[in-house]
Amino acid sequence: MSDVSAARQAAAAVEETFAARLSAADNPASLDVAAIRADFPILGRAVRGGNPLIYLDSGATAQKPRQVLDAERDFYTMHNSAAHRGAHLLGEEATDAYEGARVRVATFIGADPDEIVFTKSATEALNLVAYAMSNAATAGPQAARFGVGPGDEILVTEMEHHANLVPWQQLCQRTGATLRWFGVTSDGRLDLSNADELITDATRLVAVTHQSNVTGTVPPVGQIAELAHARGALVVADGAQSVPHQSVNVTGLGPDFLAFSAHKMLGPSGIGVLWGRRHLLEAMPPFITGGSMIEMVRMEGSTFLPPPERFEAGVPAAAQAVGLAAACDYLDGLGMASVAAHEESLTAHALEVVGDIGGVRILGPLTTDHRGGAISFTVEGIHPHDVGQVLDELGIAVRTGHHCAWPLHRALGAQSSTRATFYVYNTHDEVDALADGVRQAQKFFTAE
Amino acid sequence: MQLESMYREIILDHYRRPHHKGLRDPYDAEVHHINPTCGDEVTLRVTLKDAGGEPAVADVSYDALGCSISQASVSVMADMIIGKTVSEAMDISGAFLELMQSRGAGEPDEDVLGDAVAFEGVSKYPARIKCALLGWMAWKDATAQALPGHGADERPDGSSKPHDGTPAANFSREQT
Repeated sequence: MSDVSAARQAAAAVEETFAARLSAADNPASLDVAAIRADFPILGRAVRGGNPLIYLDSGATAQKPRQVLDAERDFYTMHNSAAHRGAHLLGEEATDAYEGARVRVATFIGADPDEIVFTKSATEALNLVAYAMSNAATAGPQAARFGVGPGDEILVTEMEHHANLVPWQQLCQRTGATLRWFGVTSDGRLDLSNADELITDATRLVAVTHQSNVTGTVPPVGQIAELAHARGALVVADGAQSVPHQSVNVTGLGPDFLAFSAHKMLGPSGIGVLWGRRHLLEAMPPFITGGSMIEMVRMEGSTFLPPPERFEAGVPAAAQAVGLAAACDYLDGLGMASVAAHEESLTAHALEVVGDIGGVRILGPLTTDHRGGAISFTVEGIHPHDVGQVLDELGIAVRTGHHCAWPLHRALGAQSSTRATFYVYNTHDEVDALADGVRQAQKFFTAE
Repeated sequence: MQLESMYREIILDHYRRPHHKGLRDPYDAEVHHINPTCGDEVTLRVTLKDAGGEPAVADVSYDALGCSISQASVSVMADMIIGKTVSEAMDISGAFLELMQSRGAGEPDEDVLGDAVAFEGVSKYPARIKCALLGWMAWKDATAQALPGHGADERPDGSSKPHDGTPAANFSREQT
């Protein structure tokens, strides 16, 4: 491996940025949204009927600022090579870029670089933990603490995105463990009233969202982690919707693992992160194996490197890592406290102007208290597909359906919904346009 | 507005006042189809009769939850095929599928498709094609099950259905 220590020196400079973030948290500066929008060429597009694009689907994927696009392109243009390989200059540059990105991402969430595993996505990161647990059965004594079998319980919630639900269902199917789950209250909060019954000595792992992609709800993951740790259970948090939108520091957050995706935080698609406590990663068997993650290989068998390399098989996605690092720079440049404050303002406005429309029901909490910027709603008598079609015609991009959270919709008594999500480049005017569009849909579909 | 090219008045009429809606007895086969990406669903029953030696559609009854396109399409379909022979209904179904895949370039034959030509605009909005086809796929599935000589364990394409009864077992695998 190339000169990681040089990359770590860069970390010292970045530590300063993090310290600045902490002090900015107390007094977030307002975002200059016009300046931000100028960084996103796609926002200048005209879409249906020549209408300007109003992009309210960042919860599905975020747009990318020029700075991120340039960083990825620059890597390909002038520094491209396979990281961790090659006895040549370009190989060193690619390695520095990749490892430098690891350090940058670590700083973004207050972690140590050795605890950052690059994956394809948050979905893959969650699967990584799930498969580590089933692989533990045949991975030797050091992995024993991850073993799970009949009589053991995996605890999830009804609020989860399928990425933090299906892998745990599958883990139980593979190992004979039992799946249990927290319910959801009628106002879209996690129902913790029976936590004492659900978290027991049989619980091996609790998987919980850090921010719902449907209701924006931010469950008390710290409190849940305390209860889980008291019983010796591990905690996995799905940070796909939290890391992009609020200031997240894994030190003291509670969970043992945190998964998130670059593409939802202004970064490129194809790369995500699993953060995990070092002593846990050290004991975990790998999920995807192959080149790069091996220590020694013979035909009869192989041994594996320590983390994080153990979990990064194949040629590193260096260009994408560079893009993600640039996204971290961009977000820290705005200040995550400012980002969160901006979204809270948009969310509050949307809860009001969309919630006030007769016949509209917003799913989940109706205040911004521990609630982020996802507004999913139903319109009486009009299916979300049709609402979405009218909005599309007006240039407004939303998502319709159950947003990969089918059980949550059932729990909230909705067959499906229309969802608007907000990010750094959205404005109050766009929220007003959304409300206006919903009214137009009502006019179109209820005219006799 | 472009929307009117897809949401023709006849579609909105069928959406507001669907024809043949409701689940009726007796029936020969019942299916439950879902579009997993949006949650549109339909429970559909088919009753066949003998028409001079070949099977014909006596009744199509259904209960459906979904968008205007999927609801209107089932309603129009029921209008079109009740009373026709299964063979004629399959022809209409094939013509409709072709229209849906035409990307706006189709020249629908009103003699074959009747009111279903109103869905021509849907072909320009790929995300809605599955909506328009949901009812048709459900009808084909139910009819295949209702026809004598067809095992209840087989899908129309001859593949075997799993027995676990999950909605996915009935989801149409037809390519659109």
